[in-house]
Amino acid sequence: MQATFQKLKRKGKLGEKDVDSALREVRLALLEADVNYKVVKKFIASLKERAVGAEVLKSLTPGQQVIKIVHEELVKLMGESQSKIVAGDAHPSVIMLAGLQGSGKTTTAAKLAVHLKTKGHKPMLVAADVYRPAAIEQLKTLGQKEGVPVFSLGKDDPVKIAQEALKSAVREEHDYLILDTAGRLHINEELMTELEKIKSKVNPKEILLVVDAMTGQDAVNVAETFHARLEITGVILTKLDGDTRGGAALSVREVTGRPIKFIGTGEKPDAFEPFHPDRMASRILGMGDVLTLVEKAQTVMDEEKGRELEKKLRSQSFTLEDFLEQLQQVKKMGSLDELVAMVPGFNKMAGKKGLKDLSLDEKQLVHVEAIINSMTRNERLQPEIINSSRRRRIAMGSGTNVQEVNKVLKQFEQMKKIFKQFGGMEKGGAKKKKGFLPF
Amino acid sequence: MLENLKKGLFKTRASLKNRLDMLFGKKEIDEEFYEELEEILLSADVGVETTLNIINSLQKRLKEEKIRDLIMAKEILKNLMVEKLRGGEQTFSFSPSDSPLVILVLGVNGVGKTTTIAKMAYHFNQQGKKVLLAAGDTFRAAAIEQLEEWTSNLPHTGLIKHQSGGDPSAVIFDAVKAAEARGIDVLICDTAGRLHTKKNLVEEMSKIYRVCGKALEGAPDEILLVLDATTGQNSIAQAKYFQEAMPVSGLVLTKLDGTARGGIIFAVKEITGIPVKLIGTGEKLEDLQPFQAEDYVEALLY
Repeated sequence: MQATFQKLKRKGKLGEKDVDSALREVRLALLEADVNYKVVKKFIASLKERAVGAEVLKSLTPGQQVIKIVHEELVKLMGESQSKIVAGDAHPSVIMLAGLQGSGKTTTAAKLAVHLKTKGHKPMLVAADVYRPAAIEQLKTLGQKEGVPVFSLGKDDPVKIAQEALKSAVREEHDYLILDTAGRLHINEELMTELEKIKSKVNPKEILLVVDAMTGQDAVNVAETFHARLEITGVILTKLDGDTRGGAALSVREVTGRPIKFIGTGEKPDAFEPFHPDRMASRILGMGDVLTLVEKAQTVMDEEKGRELEKKLRSQSFTLEDFLEQLQQVKKMGSLDELVAMVPGFNKMAGKKGLKDLSLDEKQLVHVEAIINSMTRNERLQPEIINSSRRRRIAMGSGTNVQEVNKVLKQFEQMKKIFKQFGGMEKGGAKKKKGFLPF
Repeated sequence: MLENLKKGLFKTRASLKNRLDMLFGKKEIDEEFYEELEEILLSADVGVETTLNIINSLQKRLKEEKIRDLIMAKEILKNLMVEKLRGGEQTFSFSPSDSPLVILVLGVNGVGKTTTIAKMAYHFNQQGKKVLLAAGDTFRAAAIEQLEEWTSNLPHTGLIKHQSGGDPSAVIFDAVKAAEARGIDVLICDTAGRLHTKKNLVEEMSKIYRVCGKALEGAPDEILLVLDATTGQNSIAQAKYFQEAMPVSGLVLTKLDGTARGGIIFAVKEITGIPVKLIGTGEKLEDLQPFQAEDYVEALLY
């Protein structure tokens, strides 16, 4: 919404200077997020090509416009959301997990099993990490807790374990078989060959690379090698519950071209979520709140309407009809307080003005709509004429009561007041939007 | 150590070595030279700020001293970087006394805590010291079993454990008391490594630290934080969080046998002041070595 109120500073197309200064910040942000150096370089070059000469939307500053383009490109690069496990015709469908030591494979194997189980499948886990002490016990403990059977042959040959597990899964009619392989360095020739062997014997439908979201520059080498050796089908990004920005996601995606399917967000077995490219892009860029605001305001609110609203607010001709429309817009964007909270500076002010009264849930919104629809056009344009008999009529007409009608009218007055103040602040330029964007 | 490190750091990085040869085999120190240096440092996870710092310092020195010679520039760069890692990196000295040496080992999940503990125990065993381990990670499934398995493979190493899910500081308390009673030389305590953003982890760590001092005055003697060389900028946050809970005395940088180089330690040292004391260079029990700043920088750069 701030974007809507933003006074147009420059019109027209993005100049090279605008783009360069914004991209410098973007480059820093990406590097600080651990995106691989080469990936950043390539990305920035392609961005520049796209951004220079691009139209600046009326409601955005050039800097914001560049960020918007960056974000769009990041989302595109991150790929569509494909949080699905592909199943083969053969039963069971084999899923093989691979990755470095400590990336979180065992925990992820258990989470994946729980995920499939809740979808009504009958998965079986295979303890094929025979190297790390107690890895087998760890998987068994987790499997037992979640009620998923774990196949184990102790510290036998992992290739044999995988084959035997497959036979056992066929017998016991499991539809998915999840292989927890040992963590290994991508440059360990012997262990990488072992993975290739397992692959050739059990023919996995999915080979998922498990990557720690905190991985630095090396993510590229790791992903490249695993992909070259195994032809992975997807990626699971773990440990995203920390405060890491997770630039590794972009690096891995760029060098493998494979989708990131799921993310791990905690120790608990259900801390496992589908991957959302847009959320990840915002997180990596690290301009989350502002970006969300720009995006939301851009995609949802019609620009012309926004301008009209702005004019109305300034001239204080904001009516109940506008209020209704506004609420409907807000509904599309998320909750009002959530939205307002994203506007720096506005947050504090609104808090003082009793923002809580403004928060609306979906159900309430239906009532509000009914109430406003039960008013005559005159009442909507001039709410001050609504006296107590009119209030009773409106309450009856909307199937609500007088208290609710009063509440809506009060909310309307409050919103008008807050917006008026906000509009005035912007107009006067009293407070620079500190911390809004670095340029 | 140098050989091992070089082998580790550059197993598949022949290309990088060539690039560096090219960098320092150039005719002059120009824009391109600095750009390439920037790339080398950034791709070693040194981080943007530290990289720019190093480059600026180098530029300044070269200008002040009017140095155009590449070999001299190389020396200056190396010294600059070594200086950044200097201070307190000498590994802990083992001075014989009546009371056991108590070492707390911290780190988030997956960095190689348990393996590092096993390597340390092995190292002390080799010196003829009696070692006791404390299974302080009562949270992660099979963490206790993992230590148990290591212990059974080490000649003079015992284990103090409680039930899974128990109070970790109680385990540490018991272990300190047991170490004293049994005339143990070194007590090494494992701790839980749930992600450091969890406030209660920091609280749990603070409690462990307090309990340790209560059980034995002056304990712990060493608090080692294990960092994974593969991790990027987040290592800084990890060091900060753990430092909030207790005075971390040194870092152990693990997994240097891969292609990651762990350049983040420059920033960690600068921000937290914690020196690197040990490095992990392989999967074998012998693969734990004292950190040598010069060797490390050499291996990182050349």
